[in-house]
Amino acid sequence: MKKKLEVRQIETDVLIIGGGTAGCYAALTISRNSELSVLIAEKANIKRSGCLAAGVNAINAYIVKGRKPQDYVDYATGDAAGIVRQDLLLSAAEHFNEVTADMERMGLVILKDENGDYVTRGNRNIKINGENFKPILAKAVQDAEHVDVLNHVNITDLLVENNTVYGAVGFSIREEVAYVIHARAVLVATGGASGLYKPNNPGFSRHKMWYPPFNTGAGYAMGIRAGAEMTSFEMRFIALRCKDTIAPTGTIAQGVGAKQVNAKGRVYETEYGLTTSERVYGTVKENQLGNGPCYLKTSGLTREQDEELLKAYLNMAPSQTLKWIESGKLPSEQDVEIQGTEPYIVGGHTASGYWVNTRRETTVHGVYAAGDVAGGCPQKYVTGALAEGEIAALDIVEKLKQDGRKADTKKQETDILREYEKILNEEHPVFSVEELEEGMQKVMDEYAGGIACNYQYNEKQLNLADEKIRQLMQLSDQIAAQDMHELMFAYELKERLTVCRVLIAHLLNRKETRWHSFNENLDYPNEDPAYFAYVNSKLEDGDIRIILRDIVKENTYEHTD
Amino acid sequence: MSIRINTEKCIGCGRCTEICPGTLIDLQEKKAVMRYPKDCWGCASCVKECPTGGIEFFLGADIGGNGSIMNATREGGIWHWSIRKTDGTETTIDVNPKNSNKY
Repeated sequence: MKKKLEVRQIETDVLIIGGGTAGCYAALTISRNSELSVLIAEKANIKRSGCLAAGVNAINAYIVKGRKPQDYVDYATGDAAGIVRQDLLLSAAEHFNEVTADMERMGLVILKDENGDYVTRGNRNIKINGENFKPILAKAVQDAEHVDVLNHVNITDLLVENNTVYGAVGFSIREEVAYVIHARAVLVATGGASGLYKPNNPGFSRHKMWYPPFNTGAGYAMGIRAGAEMTSFEMRFIALRCKDTIAPTGTIAQGVGAKQVNAKGRVYETEYGLTTSERVYGTVKENQLGNGPCYLKTSGLTREQDEELLKAYLNMAPSQTLKWIESGKLPSEQDVEIQGTEPYIVGGHTASGYWVNTRRETTVHGVYAAGDVAGGCPQKYVTGALAEGEIAALDIVEKLKQDGRKADTKKQETDILREYEKILNEEHPVFSVEELEEGMQKVMDEYAGGIACNYQYNEKQLNLADEKIRQLMQLSDQIAAQDMHELMFAYELKERLTVCRVLIAHLLNRKETRWHSFNENLDYPNEDPAYFAYVNSKLEDGDIRIILRDIVKENTYEHTD
Repeated sequence: MSIRINTEKCIGCGRCTEICPGTLIDLQEKKAVMRYPKDCWGCASCVKECPTGGIEFFLGADIGGNGSIMNATREGGIWHWSIRKTDGTETTIDVNPKNSNKY
């Protein structure tokens, strides 16, 4: 019998897609500042969804005593070789401390010294217990007035007419129900994209990756399809992580001051530079030169330091603690091997994402972006996600004081629902979702600068990648899903393919090497002043149009074209 | 990297099925079932959510796993993380959520 979905219609003032850090904090901000109705649609459960499911190791974007928000802007600008939006960095940095204080009031544990001041870790970081960061936020959302949460609902498409948003469409991953949600403003807060490239551990532990495997680029893909402008996808993020467990290294490097050393015991980090991308690049080069494996030098730590590291990792990446105990060798007894991950697209670390104005509205009227899905503002991390959620929320509250426009989106809604049912009723798929995902990851790995190529590529390879990704996109029009959960898998694949296509176009159009490893173009191995510009893109009539934009120097930026 | 459900300890409360950020766990015949073991991120949300310590966390052989299992129970506000090796030896690490990370 043919599957037919029940359709539930919902009206709300504000729809927030994704109940992670940015989405939850935006909902709280709207609730505190208005009577507007807010709906969070979350594909999992807001208590543990998004990047902070396991916890977070520290607050890594904070203005410590003696520093100013502008210092943070200068640091992030230097780390990204100038390709940032300083208006976005400054507005986020001006909120870092206020949102941190708010989290502390809600229950976040932050380490203080005898004077009651936060204890710092380096120049921009403070020490916390971030294990329950997400449960704290979720509880506050639960208690907030006028805020509803739809857990286990996956949104796939924005409803956009004449470049203005009127809502979004999605489906439950547990019941045969589709949701048509009409809203006057939509905040996209879905996080970035993992799983585009073949991962470090492609077998049984394929999801043991740094970035959440459930952040599949949904927010980017729905924006791309709706014609929103995107920026800097070519500034990929590759994390330097503990081997196998892909656990964070900052706690060891900054926390106990462990240096990066090669197999011969030589400290190599200073030879390649200390920016985020250079730390990865140095590790790749040392391996290429035959000096691998590379390590964080932890041997010689004290027993007390061992104990604290074991606990710290349980609060954010428990697999690393298990690894230490299971191997019988604690950090003081054996250096921690490190490796680069596969590349991700993530606006919380690099500058990839929606092209937004200073108040975080995208180029589609009424669509806002916050957190990892929003571009131009690298190294904003957790406090940046909170800050951007707040900035976007306050602008939404202001804008919705005026009466909204109306439009008939019935045809779009019907087309989307028909596609869900087509996939659920497909009887003759050419390939499974899993097979196509494997194909995609292999193409990206081998032709678009994955681990197999030491993150390097040339134009010829990128053109091949583009051709092959387009072929996979065609094949993905004929996939099948047995149930609603599999329907989500089908959409996750489609989202990733869309992000891959745009990413390849961006890589092709930054004809220089500005950030080693992140964009290592072998045809253009040097930095070129002609590319001191943003590489932006827009999907128009099925084609990707590339727009090179001048670097924004003003403190506020508004969309004009 | 994944989890196993200890069916003897599972009371079928369904809390893990609600909480998993990948929605990878189902309830079948009043027992939790890990439906997609290869899709586990290893966040241990379910391990902490389980009221009976019935979810066992392990490292896959492809990332150097040696067969040990880890679970978590909470008593008087303190997390007890227990790791049991294949030779039967057990290590417990207590974590007080009120204490910040030192590093």
